[in-house]
Amino acid sequence: MDDALFTASNLSCLRGERLVFAKLNFALAAGDALLLVGPNGSGKSSLLRLMALLLRPFCGGLYWQGELLTEDPDAHRSRLRYIGHLDGIKPVLTCHEALTFWAALDGTPGPATRAATALSRAGLAPLTDVPGRYLSAGQKRRLNLARLLLAPARLWLLDEPTNGLDATATQRLEAALADHRDRGGMVVASTHTPLALPGAQTLHLDDFTPQIHDPGAVS
Amino acid sequence: MTLGSRFWHLIHRDLRLAMRQGSDAAVAVMFFVLCVVLFPFGIGPEANILARIAAGIIWVAALLASLLSLERLFQSDYEDGSLELMALSGLPLELVVLAKTAAHWVVTGVPLLVAAPVLAVLLNMEHSGFGTLVLTLALGTPALSLIGGIGAALTLGARRGGVLVSLLILPLYIPVLIFGAGAIDAALTGLSPRPHLLILTALLVATLPLAPIASAAALRQALE
Repeated sequence: MDDALFTASNLSCLRGERLVFAKLNFALAAGDALLLVGPNGSGKSSLLRLMALLLRPFCGGLYWQGELLTEDPDAHRSRLRYIGHLDGIKPVLTCHEALTFWAALDGTPGPATRAATALSRAGLAPLTDVPGRYLSAGQKRRLNLARLLLAPARLWLLDEPTNGLDATATQRLEAALADHRDRGGMVVASTHTPLALPGAQTLHLDDFTPQIHDPGAVS
Repeated sequence: MTLGSRFWHLIHRDLRLAMRQGSDAAVAVMFFVLCVVLFPFGIGPEANILARIAAGIIWVAALLASLLSLERLFQSDYEDGSLELMALSGLPLELVVLAKTAAHWVVTGVPLLVAAPVLAVLLNMEHSGFGTLVLTLALGTPALSLIGGIGAALTLGARRGGVLVSLLILPLYIPVLIFGAGAIDAALTGLSPRPHLLILTALLVATLPLAPIASAAALRQALE
């Protein structure tokens, strides 16, 4: 793949004393999507955290246009949006305040108006002035996902984004993902529920779980 | 947007959170006051003895009050995932630490400065020491917050983190305590508190860049 932007080669991840996955490779070009599937504990979240530079690989490397991510971590951070398991919602901040803060922290110009636009695009406009403590789990998720709409970023890393979402919100997310990919953005998502990502590559993480050789076992 | 304006946004957000949640500031200053008020009960109402030890009592109480509130400095952001989003934002983690510590100091440190002279009256401290008392606290408590932040970052995710923070950080507070209380003693005995104040300032100036670097390294470890 010559036009691959974001690649991994021979990537291994060690958590505690356990090798979660080993010798993992992928290559993503502009507009591509990568769906991570595998049983619990197969390393989907770890891989996404590696991609966000929140974890360091045990061996192997992640590359952007052939250059190691760790060469310029700030540039990588500025082109990614990460949605983890935790939504980071403060009980006392309203939806609009929370989004404005995240927009401002990422250095987006005009954070307050950006936040208002993102809220209405995420269908959360009626909740603009509602504090976080009154939001349901699904609404918190949608508020966290609305961070994706604040400013363009090349790479979206989504850790089980559909958790807690209803059918309408899932469709809205799928539309946002399609729109993002049409503009040349890339998506890496882990999911247990069906998520429409047409033409996405699928990475079965259990294929990369190291096999433990037990010399005592009779094969 | 510049780093500076992102930095201010973070301080602003933390202040707003503190204002709406309310309890942290009140707890620190109430603890400070109660801690100092206990001494006359324990030692007895002998005015001369109280006046002699007032500076030390107030400083030790300020130190403990600072420690009490520091445990929560990164905890809630760590638990709800905000901290990892901050680590991914364009703002360097060192500046995140500095902004959070600054907001924390405004909320919990500044009320101590206001309460200290009142407590000094209560302990029969001579008026000549009041100015120095407030000045030493103004220089010393930010340094305490910065040093304590390292402990708070190191113990993130640990069980019984609060106790661990005390054990890690209290020894590091000793220099600030010595020169803080020393400056007031000097002022009370008619000597110049200037050398003590200069060393306190030096401690603050040294912790200002170094403590955030150490805390940020600890936070990166905690986020892995």
